[in-house]
Amino acid sequence: MAIDHRQHHLESIRSTLSLFIYPLQYAVSLPFSAADWAGDKLSTRENLLEENAQLRTQQKLLMAQLQKLSALKVENIRLRELLKSSKNITEHVLIAELLAVDLEPFTRKIVVNKGSGDEVYRGQPLLDAEGIMGQIIHVNPFSSTAMLITDPNHAIPVHVNRNGLRAIALGTGAPDVLDIPYLPNSADIEVGDLLTSSGLGGRFPRDYPVATVTTVVKDPSKPYAVVKAKPTALLETSREVLLVWSQESPRYAAADANKQETSDGSTPNGSTASEETSRAEINP
Amino acid sequence: MIEAQRQGGFIIFLTFVVALVLTMIPLPDWGEAMRPEWVALVLIYWCIALPLRVGVFIAWFVGLFLDVASGALLGQNAIALAFVAYLAIKLHLRIRLFPLWQQAMSVLVLVALYQMITLWIKGMIGATTQGWSYWLHSVSSMFLWPVVFTVLRFLRRNYKVR
Repeated sequence: MAIDHRQHHLESIRSTLSLFIYPLQYAVSLPFSAADWAGDKLSTRENLLEENAQLRTQQKLLMAQLQKLSALKVENIRLRELLKSSKNITEHVLIAELLAVDLEPFTRKIVVNKGSGDEVYRGQPLLDAEGIMGQIIHVNPFSSTAMLITDPNHAIPVHVNRNGLRAIALGTGAPDVLDIPYLPNSADIEVGDLLTSSGLGGRFPRDYPVATVTTVVKDPSKPYAVVKAKPTALLETSREVLLVWSQESPRYAAADANKQETSDGSTPNGSTASEETSRAEINP
Repeated sequence: MIEAQRQGGFIIFLTFVVALVLTMIPLPDWGEAMRPEWVALVLIYWCIALPLRVGVFIAWFVGLFLDVASGALLGQNAIALAFVAYLAIKLHLRIRLFPLWQQAMSVLVLVALYQMITLWIKGMIGATTQGWSYWLHSVSSMFLWPVVFTVLRFLRRNYKVR
C-alpha cells in the first residue's frame, strides 16, 4: 500500500486488474447510456428542430468569436516571438465519455472511457465546456480514473483573472466548494472574481476558468482571509469531458501525428494554430 | 475426499460479482451515504457458511478488485476485508447459532471494523472524511443483513454450494 501511495510501481498491476473490472463498469453504466440513447431516439421532431436552431445560432456566435480568437492568437505568437519567450499555447483535445459508476465515497473521482490506447497519460488535465474538471490519476487499457478538482486530495494553482493574484485552490470533498487558503487579509480578492488556472506547476494549461469566488471573509484576528469558490465546470452533471494534450506533455511528440487527424474535426482551430506556430518558427 | 464434495464455486464467484456491481451502481447523494458495504456482507456470509472454502485469501483477492473498482489505494480494502474474513471465520460457530437480529448486530460490529481499518488507512494517506455519516454504511449494512442472509442461504441450498 505504501508502495502504491508513494511510488506508483503497482500501476501495472492495477491496470491488469482493471481489465476484469472494466466489463463490470461498462455493464453498470449501460442502462444509463441506454436511457440517454432512448431519449435521443424518442425526442420529437419539434424538439430536434428547436435544438438544431439553437445550436446553429450558438455555433455562429462561437465561430465569430473564434475568428477574433485566431487573429489574437497569431498576434500573441508574434508578440511572444518578439519577446523571445517560447511559450506554447497550442493544445489538442479528445472527447471522452464518463462511465456512470460510483467510486469510493467521500472522494471525488470519475471514470472516463478513454485509456492508454488513446494516449491518455497520468496527470493529464480534464476539461468540460465551462472550465477545468480535474486530472487523470490512473490510466488503464480501456478506461482511466480522474480526480476532480473538488477531491480533498486535489490542489490546483490558480490566479485571479482580474489582477493576476496567485493562489492555490484546494478541493474540499463537497461537490461545489473549493477552498483558497493562505491569502492575507490585505489580498485584493472579491466575491465574483474569476479564478483561472495559472499554469504554474506545469500540469494544467494556462488561463482556463477554474472557479468563481463565492465568499470572502476578512477577519482581522486571523492571519489569513477565508475564501471559498465554486467550480465553473459542471462537475456533477457533465457526461462528456475533454482530454487535453498540451505541447509540453510527455506523449505529445508521439501523439502529434495521430492527433492531427483524429482531433481535426473537433479542434480545427488547434491545428491551424499549430501550423501558425511552425510557420512562425521558420520565418520569424 | 474433501475435493470431491466441493461444488458451486461459480455461485460464490457470481455473488461477489453482483456485490461489486451493486457497489458501483451510481446513486443520488443520500443513497450513496446509505449504501451498504455489499462486498463485506457477502464475504461475511460465505465465511460463516463455508469457512473451509472462503477465507482470508479470497477476501484479500476480492478486496484488490474492490480497490481497483472504487479507485482506492491498492490494498486498502484488501487488508480490511482479509481482517474481517479472519474474524468471521474465528467466530463462525458462534454467529451461526445466533438468531437473525443478533447476527445483524455482530455484522454491524464486523462491518464497522472493516470501515475503521479503511478509515485508518485513509487517514494515514491524508484523505479526510465527512464526520459521522461515514458510519451510516455500517448501519445500513446491519439492516440489510437479514435480506442478504436469506437470499444467499436460498442460493446456497438451491445450488447445493458446499
